[in-house]
Amino acid sequence: MVVILLKRNFVRFLRIFSTMGILSSSIARKVAMALSALFLVFFLIIHLTVNVLSVFSEEVYNTASHFMGTNPLIQFAMQPVLFFGVVFHFVMGFILEIKNRGARQINYVKNKAGESSSWMSRNMLYSGLVILAFLVLHFIDFWFPEINHKYIAVLPEDPTRYFEELQVKFISPYRVVAYVLAFVFLALHLLHGFQSSFQSMGMNNKYTKSVKNFGKIYAIIIPLGFIFIALFHYFNQ
Amino acid sequence: MNLTLKIWRQKGPQAKGKIVKYKVADISEHMSFLEMMDVLNEQLIYSGDEPVAFDHDCREGICGMCSLYINGEAHGPDKGVATCQLHMRKFKDGDTIYVEPFRAKAFPVIKDLVVDRMAFERIQQAGGFISVNTSGNTQDANAIPISKHAADEAMDSATCIGCGACVASCKNSSAMLFVGAKVSQYTLLPQGQVEASDRVINMVTQMDLEGFGNCTNTGACEIVCPKGISLQNIARLNSEFLKASLKG
Amino acid sequence: MSVLDSKVPQGHLKDKWTTYKDKINLVNPANKRLIDIIVVGTGLAGGSAAATLAELGYNIKSFCFQDSPRRAHSIAAQGGINASKNYQGDGDSDYRLFYDTLKGGDYRSREANVYRLAEVSGNIIDQCVAQGVPFAREYGGLLDNRSFGGVQVSRTFYAKGQTGQQLLLGAYSAMNRQIARGKIEMFNRHEMLDIVKVDGKARGIIARNLITGELERHSAHAVVIASGGYGNVYFLSTNAMGSNATAAWKIHKKGAFFANPCFTQIHPTCIPRSGDYQSKLTLMSESLRNDGRIWVPKNLDDVVAIREGKLKPTQISEENRDYYLERRYPAFGNLVPRDVASRAAKERCDAGYGVNTTGEAVYLDFKSAIERFGKIEAKIQGDTNPSEEKIAKLGEGVIKEKYGNLFQMYEKIVDINPYKTPMMIYPATHYTMGGIWVDYNLMTTVPGLYCIGEANFSDHGANRLGASALMQGLADGYFVLPYTIGDYLSDDIRTGKIATDTPDFDEAEKNVKDKIDFFVNNSGNKSVDHFHKRLGKIMWDKVGMARNEKDLKDAIIKIKAIREEFWKDIIVPGDSNEMNLELEKAGRVADFLELGELFAKDALERNESCGGHFREESVELFGEQKGEAKRDDENYKYVAAWEYKGEPSDAVLHKEELEFKDIELKQRSYK
Repeated sequence: MVVILLKRNFVRFLRIFSTMGILSSSIARKVAMALSALFLVFFLIIHLTVNVLSVFSEEVYNTASHFMGTNPLIQFAMQPVLFFGVVFHFVMGFILEIKNRGARQINYVKNKAGESSSWMSRNMLYSGLVILAFLVLHFIDFWFPEINHKYIAVLPEDPTRYFEELQVKFISPYRVVAYVLAFVFLALHLLHGFQSSFQSMGMNNKYTKSVKNFGKIYAIIIPLGFIFIALFHYFNQ
Repeated sequence: MNLTLKIWRQKGPQAKGKIVKYKVADISEHMSFLEMMDVLNEQLIYSGDEPVAFDHDCREGICGMCSLYINGEAHGPDKGVATCQLHMRKFKDGDTIYVEPFRAKAFPVIKDLVVDRMAFERIQQAGGFISVNTSGNTQDANAIPISKHAADEAMDSATCIGCGACVASCKNSSAMLFVGAKVSQYTLLPQGQVEASDRVINMVTQMDLEGFGNCTNTGACEIVCPKGISLQNIARLNSEFLKASLKG
Repeated sequence: MSVLDSKVPQGHLKDKWTTYKDKINLVNPANKRLIDIIVVGTGLAGGSAAATLAELGYNIKSFCFQDSPRRAHSIAAQGGINASKNYQGDGDSDYRLFYDTLKGGDYRSREANVYRLAEVSGNIIDQCVAQGVPFAREYGGLLDNRSFGGVQVSRTFYAKGQTGQQLLLGAYSAMNRQIARGKIEMFNRHEMLDIVKVDGKARGIIARNLITGELERHSAHAVVIASGGYGNVYFLSTNAMGSNATAAWKIHKKGAFFANPCFTQIHPTCIPRSGDYQSKLTLMSESLRNDGRIWVPKNLDDVVAIREGKLKPTQISEENRDYYLERRYPAFGNLVPRDVASRAAKERCDAGYGVNTTGEAVYLDFKSAIERFGKIEAKIQGDTNPSEEKIAKLGEGVIKEKYGNLFQMYEKIVDINPYKTPMMIYPATHYTMGGIWVDYNLMTTVPGLYCIGEANFSDHGANRLGASALMQGLADGYFVLPYTIGDYLSDDIRTGKIATDTPDFDEAEKNVKDKIDFFVNNSGNKSVDHFHKRLGKIMWDKVGMARNEKDLKDAIIKIKAIREEFWKDIIVPGDSNEMNLELEKAGRVADFLELGELFAKDALERNESCGGHFREESVELFGEQKGEAKRDDENYKYVAAWEYKGEPSDAVLHKEELEFKDIELKQRSYK
């Protein structure tokens, strides 16, 4: 409820925002899109790092999770920023998509878009939507119970509860399949998105090629890592 | 060879258009695509129909007047050429070929396959120039040495023929490659530096006003560009724009 | 005395232009705002003129039939632009550029105009560099030059093989700046269909909006025609499909004399025609002749085998090849001027040695250049005994660096790899030196009516040198017209706006409208292209590279007959109040059908061989030059300016005798 309300206002805010000031220009909008994307790219690394710990040691994972879940800086500074980043990225993505569709009112009867661009680059909206759907699932799975635990029901704190909470989520094969699929789409999204964000910010020097190659590796390794963790816990119940 | 053509016909800017089917016979593989269209038009004239209107002029790939979205691709299936340099050897006997105008809100159809590309004109007018008068005593051409590398790179950007294939093939109908090429040419040369900030801001503002979409870096523009204008030009446009914006 | 007054200033050749500029009347800035000028055409001449006049403060109305000024056919010029900068220190000077241009033109241009052209050539380069034209540069950062068209100095500035494009975009950017400032009102997709004279002076035009079909009246204090050449009278040429003579022809019909219409340039290095459907020919830069060798087989058997596809040119051994330019012109070889190279190719093909199925093609072979460059490159890399493959690979690399875009273009069109197999080339109509007669001020015989660039006749005589067209267009537009037109307009500061609701405009518009109505209403049965192709064939066969009295007389009769048929049988589908491409073409071809006849008439009248005009009756009969063109300075050292009197056959010839005070007339020899 809270989220939907927040988001509705946020969309309204962005609508106004996107037609004024610094976001009035198409390039500024795509730079903003790129910055939010890179922030999320960075977040993914942290998220994966913490998750990977669950494969090696229950204890370390619990410690890390407890730290992330209780540290005030992370909870009250980083978490809202992340929240903002995610919502901004999605909402801006939709705004751009609407604008872009408006730029061609009659479509081609015959169009071989595949001849000149990749599937990933043309379908960022759809890969993004799958990720969005996944995020809803993910929030239901982890974030809502977590918020409920800490701030609404205010249940007694147990620094060792995290690993179990994690494992329990990967019992159902349906959920595991959903997770794996979502990460495949995340990979597709990143395969275009990573290098695209650097292009959007105007990177054009001798490192551009390396960044692009790194982007491809990143786009495969990170989702693969998440997939591995999901499967690991599924098979190690 | 014998071909079936499915061509967009539209009487005028306000009229509703539709795809109309035509047949042409005995097309030589050495013909250019537009010569094939000439054959069709002669056929239409003699059968009492109106010929298909399409833009074309130099027919050697440099004026940028020809457009056409042929079988789902801007300038047709050959790469690195404008429609006028596309030859029929790229097609087979019995093929069905769709011919449509370049589509974008900013490129409204005037008639049949002819579109209005005035948006490009207005973007150029917003800043696509160096403000220097013709006085006859401009400083000597060799007064400012310019590195061969910079001159060559500027030349690569400057080869843009302004055909609009980038817009036509972009899923967002974005004009960033066109604007990027023009901005790049001047940015790379010392003569263009003086007005660089104003130029990029003004041209991008005009581009947005014209109703082109946002660039999402799909790279389609670079692939279809008859002159091989590279995506680097868009990156450069982005960074120039950021620089200029931050300068305020 | 002739009715033609060239108005060349007195004084020494080298001082004429400077003195002239010192003495002319100027229009002060406040008054320039009160003066309107119409410029028709937006190529190098029209674009640069519109931009410069607008900078000066005049109100400009600029017209082009394309959707953007940037599409004018100047854009297609490849090779380069000459300027007497002498950056290479190889002895170039204004005088030498003047001399080469005049001599190259076979002494049929006006001395003072040509000198002025050479004089301002350096300024053009300065101006273009300041505008951001990315000319080729050396590693030291200074401008690079190349030698072009067989001259002895390197004075050609270039931007890859797209010099015309870059120069035009420079002029276009200057125009854009003035359009943004409101000083140029731009009329894209508009075609001028007539000139309007008020009290004998050019005061406006009738233009058709090509999108809506509406006829518009535009008035001004002076009108500048910069509509390019009339090469499309041949149907097949390297001109753009839309290039036309209508503006020039309409002003001719209203009193502007047409000079030397028969002077046309047939460019030797074009891609040959492949069939009857051919709509235009593609030029490849003359620079190719710097490294390519031109030949045909020596034996007719080989020719037949090649045409039948049984033999490949690479299979013909050296001794069975006829490098006819090297054979006939040992001193200049493959670098003889355009007219000579073109005629030599025609001579071989007429004799049956043409190498493609149409019998109209010769080879341009890069094999020896590839070998030569390959060996040098191998040596640079320290390989003293390179294999043949390596030499070929390295050599091809060098050729690619120099001519890559041309080779690519050739391969796209012909589908043959020119690195491995010799290119096929054949001459095609490329440029027209003739055009509207203008005086030193670039004003036609109608007061207030100016003509610049290829549309006028002034600077290239009977033959244009490579890389000189761009120079002339920009010189006229940037540096000459802005001065000379001011001198005329200084009388017009109190005239005020020219009204368009006058009988003069009514009449001109009515005439235009009647003709358009005729076209769309005529129930004929033959298309515009049908007539254009027939005209083109006669022009090419009888008024082409070599001309004789019998054929020219025949051509005149035939063109007239086609014209009569045209006005009876033409069919133009569609309406006049919409975009109608056939209607546009019909009007243009109607004018070509008249111009073609005058062209032939002029060729008939000029019974001498000079420059691009080769009369079979006028050749050297004896000596080393036997069979070569023979110029007749005694009888034909004049500009033939034709006055319109109704039918082209009634045109009256006026002669402007040419005087050469600073130069001795020599027969061209490339032996």
